[in-house]
Amino acid sequence: MADSHTMPEAKGHNPDTDGSLPPEGELESHLQAKHMVINMGPSHPATHGTVRLKVELDGETIVKIDPEIGFLHRGFQKSCENVTWTQCLPYTDRLNYLSAMMNNFGFLNAVEKLIGLEIPERAQYIRVIGSELHRLTDHLTCVGATGLEMGGFAPFLYGMEARELIQDRVTELTGARLTTSFGRVGGINRDLPDGWADKVRKTLTRTEELLVEMDGLLTRNRIFVDRTKGTGIISADDAIDYGWTGPALRACGVAHDLRKAHPYWVYERFDFDVPVGEHGDNYDRYLVRMEEMRQSIRIIRQALDTIPTGPIIVDDWRIALPPKPEVYGTIEGVMAHFKLVMEGIQVPPGEVYDATEASNGELGWYLVSDGRGRPYKVHVRAPGFPVLAAVPHIIEGKMLADLIPTFDTINMIGGEVEQ
Amino acid sequence: MDRVSAHFPEAVVERYVDRAGGAWAVIHADSLPKVATLLKNDPELEFKLFGSMDGVDRLHLAENDPRFEVVYILYSLKRNEHVRLKVRVSEAQPSIPSLTPLYRGANWWERLVWDFYGIRFDGHPDLRRILLYEEFQGHPLRKDYALRDRQPLIPERPIKDIFRGPGTSGHS
Repeated sequence: MADSHTMPEAKGHNPDTDGSLPPEGELESHLQAKHMVINMGPSHPATHGTVRLKVELDGETIVKIDPEIGFLHRGFQKSCENVTWTQCLPYTDRLNYLSAMMNNFGFLNAVEKLIGLEIPERAQYIRVIGSELHRLTDHLTCVGATGLEMGGFAPFLYGMEARELIQDRVTELTGARLTTSFGRVGGINRDLPDGWADKVRKTLTRTEELLVEMDGLLTRNRIFVDRTKGTGIISADDAIDYGWTGPALRACGVAHDLRKAHPYWVYERFDFDVPVGEHGDNYDRYLVRMEEMRQSIRIIRQALDTIPTGPIIVDDWRIALPPKPEVYGTIEGVMAHFKLVMEGIQVPPGEVYDATEASNGELGWYLVSDGRGRPYKVHVRAPGFPVLAAVPHIIEGKMLADLIPTFDTINMIGGEVEQ
Repeated sequence: MDRVSAHFPEAVVERYVDRAGGAWAVIHADSLPKVATLLKNDPELEFKLFGSMDGVDRLHLAENDPRFEVVYILYSLKRNEHVRLKVRVSEAQPSIPSLTPLYRGANWWERLVWDFYGIRFDGHPDLRRILLYEEFQGHPLRKDYALRDRQPLIPERPIKDIFRGPGTSGHS
């Protein structure tokens, strides 16, 4: 009776399954030939905004990826062409909503170049301080979110604590957390509040402590390193060919920073380093951002120590609003105020391309004026646009899981990419 | 730019300096690829970083023939300077040779210019709209496109024009 319990031979005749199942090899080949197309986004938590990625997968390997952008398109250029130069400022906030001040100041700097205007020294210092504060918030958000999506919630919270502290200082300075609309053509509209410098110094000290915490939690964390090191690699030549700038390019080993290459405002007076990566992978991009934050803190400290007193905006009523006693007390003041508000600044006809170093790279402005008080053309070179354009090149042939850290560390901001 | 003028004297239409001191060169559309190749590959120049590009509709400017200008900004990490190129195209035949085979970074920018100005790039591998949707009619950054002309894919709630900011809808 023992024989009756032996299993039938594997390749043997089985009336129950014969004809209903194909041989195993055929089953496998059928599975492998079929590519799966999945949609990431437009509202995926890891896409930071709204971008739709059409991902074609072979197993877990990405065969083809097609980023579809434009869900946040607001007609930035068209809007700017129909308002005065000063009224463009709130639109520029919304380009990179994590570092609005850098967009404000970049735009103003280009307009001032077009007019041929030199702004007061104190205003240049305030612009440097504001820009670097917002560079910190931008990088903190990027690094914190990278940690979050690699599974670590704590570094994100540390990052947010530091970011909120800085946002409080930004609020005291500008009156808004995110959409600052700070600065005016010819300088700054508001001076530093009393006692603000000391508060900033305290905030920076606390930010440094939090950076140490984040560094400790992420930099040598096994999970984090495994997922970021050696993933999302791009070579320096490819990065340049795609038009990368900023921390993403520096992570490939190219020491290019517009603050050093073409110093604007008073950047050449400060002592700071340009951190450079080596491999161009996600881990290096993360490290570069961490180091840039420390350099930003250095710059702000130096700027706060050496900021001179003096005017914060040019004394020219064709460009800057007259002081309020003049507006209320003299007819010239009223007229200048009225003309400036109703007709806008009369920027002479001409064109200019000007760039500043924003948190994600070169923020370029190509402006055309026809002399009628409104921009004829406002082109913005958003630093995130070429970076996002290279994502298919980086990620095709890699694993789906590599897409998330890559998308994090390139720090694509929907507002600026999609204008 | 002097080197370009020396190599291809017939390619350069005009050279000038703008108000802020930036040097511009207007290039014939046909010779754009060879000028860009020289700029990119000449060991003295190495303008390898594709900065950006955009179009300008000169319809309302004093000088508006040909109607469109396409602006290229290239950067050289070796020389630490920008080079500013311009190509002019007419409304009747809005097409330019594509720079995408030379600079991969030009791919999306050319799609952007096609999207907003309707300028074609010959030799572009994938010239689709980039920010707007495929069903969109016309090219919104042309100056004759009304500021508030709307083309919703799904019907919108009727909202009075006054709540939509300045400009006219183009339909009256």
